[in-house]
Amino acid sequence: MANVTENREQVVGIGAGAKELATEDMVLNIGPQHPSTHGVLRLRLTLDGERISQAEPIVGYMHRGAEKLFEVRDYRQIIVLANRHDWLSAFANELGVVLAVERMLGMEVPIRAVWTRTLLAELNRILNHLMFLGSYPLEVGAITPIFYAFRERETLQAVMEEISGGRMHYMFNRVGGLKEELPQGWLDRVADAVHQVRTRLPNLENLIHGNEIFRARTRGVGILTPEAIMQYGVSGPIARASGVDFDLRRDEPYLAYGELPVKVVTRQEGDCLARFECLLDQVKVSLDLADLCVDRMRGLPQGPVNQRLPKVLKVPEGHTYAWTENPLGINGYYLVSRGEKTPWRLKLRSASYNNIQALKEMLPGQLVADMIAILGSMFFVVGDIDK
Amino acid sequence: MDCMPRKSENAGMAPTDLPMPSMGPLSRVAPKPMRFILNWGRRYSLWVFNFGLACCAIEFIATSMSRHDFIRFGVIPFANGPRQADLMVVSGTVSDKMAPAVRRLYEQMPEPKYVISFGACSNSGGPYWDSYCVTKGVDQIVPVDVYVPGCPPRPEALLNGIIRLQEKIAAESLPERYTWARSHSPSGETLLRPPLNPPEAPV
Repeated sequence: MANVTENREQVVGIGAGAKELATEDMVLNIGPQHPSTHGVLRLRLTLDGERISQAEPIVGYMHRGAEKLFEVRDYRQIIVLANRHDWLSAFANELGVVLAVERMLGMEVPIRAVWTRTLLAELNRILNHLMFLGSYPLEVGAITPIFYAFRERETLQAVMEEISGGRMHYMFNRVGGLKEELPQGWLDRVADAVHQVRTRLPNLENLIHGNEIFRARTRGVGILTPEAIMQYGVSGPIARASGVDFDLRRDEPYLAYGELPVKVVTRQEGDCLARFECLLDQVKVSLDLADLCVDRMRGLPQGPVNQRLPKVLKVPEGHTYAWTENPLGINGYYLVSRGEKTPWRLKLRSASYNNIQALKEMLPGQLVADMIAILGSMFFVVGDIDK
Repeated sequence: MDCMPRKSENAGMAPTDLPMPSMGPLSRVAPKPMRFILNWGRRYSLWVFNFGLACCAIEFIATSMSRHDFIRFGVIPFANGPRQADLMVVSGTVSDKMAPAVRRLYEQMPEPKYVISFGACSNSGGPYWDSYCVTKGVDQIVPVDVYVPGCPPRPEALLNGIIRLQEKIAAESLPERYTWARSHSPSGETLLRPPLNPPEAPV
């Protein structure tokens, strides 16, 4: 890669600007450790003055080889690793694995487990979006919103921690259900936390959403066209902000989403502001869905939340693809089993990997100063890119 | 104070070895009360450089937010880069591809410098202990002062790690610190070479 620019003949010095004011392209390397990449993404930009003429995301600095490790872990242990590739949507990640395994085993999950999973998946979505609602303004220069976002995060993390013991990596899914019974009174505390977040969300929203500077930096910047979305396989709130109306929760319901009125948030503009607004509105939708789940769970009869598993869990030979609507986009697991206790192959399709490839299309033509705003609005997690 | 660069044989663009900056002869012979004051000043103004790599970086951010708020311990998370930092917190999995950058940024930090390894991955590889591309512990590439266990550790664990580090700084004697630093200071050559040598080709 490095040779491309090195080998190109470069004319500098007196001759360069002899006829007219010729300019020289500059290659700017951003990352792998750079505050704006929130993680270790590296970008190689070719600049023509202040304007970006070429952009190339260089990935792999966070590659941990999770897919290969899946092949030497049994189905219980895989959940540990599956949790960690996208660390902001841990619950949604483990969900895909157990859904795939349950489908292969033909296992019926108890109804209470299904509803609890749906509730936790929505709470996880809110946690994820809150992180970006805080960090994105931070990147474009507003430091206060992140404090509000983290206060809400701590409120929700407390109820997640109460059941699972983890603040980020919950490990609460098991093949066939959940780890254990919910504590008494937990649903009330969830309803309370959701209520608190809902009443305090306007604080965060009013701080930034109407802000003149914020709007000036994001409106009309970094427009992603629906064509590029289709070509690159972009999904999630980023795709919906460009008018691509696709949400697995509504279009191919899993868990209990079929019984819930999932409102899909879309925008038509496809710019940074639209992406931010999509995220903000999705939080509100998810808060409503969480409330509906709580109401529904109160009415469910007592029963088990998991199934007794054999000591050695073997999945019959075959293959399946389970995809879920993760907070950042479509997350899929392609499971190939040869009837052993470990998968023969577990391919991971992560949302951020596809999403950031579109940067190649978006960045050229933009100013360097807008690069931060665009990068931040792509809402990626580096572990989700590099796996 | 000797701050002239030493003449090197291959002058020109070749890297020059600069002597380690010292706080003057006074610090080395400073009496105990002075040493206490110097250490006291250093332990409560740790400008931290967050080497945020993975999940643990989120918990690091959570620690810097209003609920846990490590600024009350004098840890200031506003260092613009490694050159302005006293403390590096390596939070997350160090992959083999990233390791050279970690080493290089560590070497850019001015002495005296400290490293906290935050989380199982940077302590030992953690859940990725058998991965083909993860460095099993950041202590293989930089010296680590405090290890914080957990996956990811709770913010309280980082606070405890910071207090441990501050205790360590308080007990430090400056001459020892600087003699050690001088003997371990990176030469210009180590700063410019690729830190990880490619494996030998199989015969």
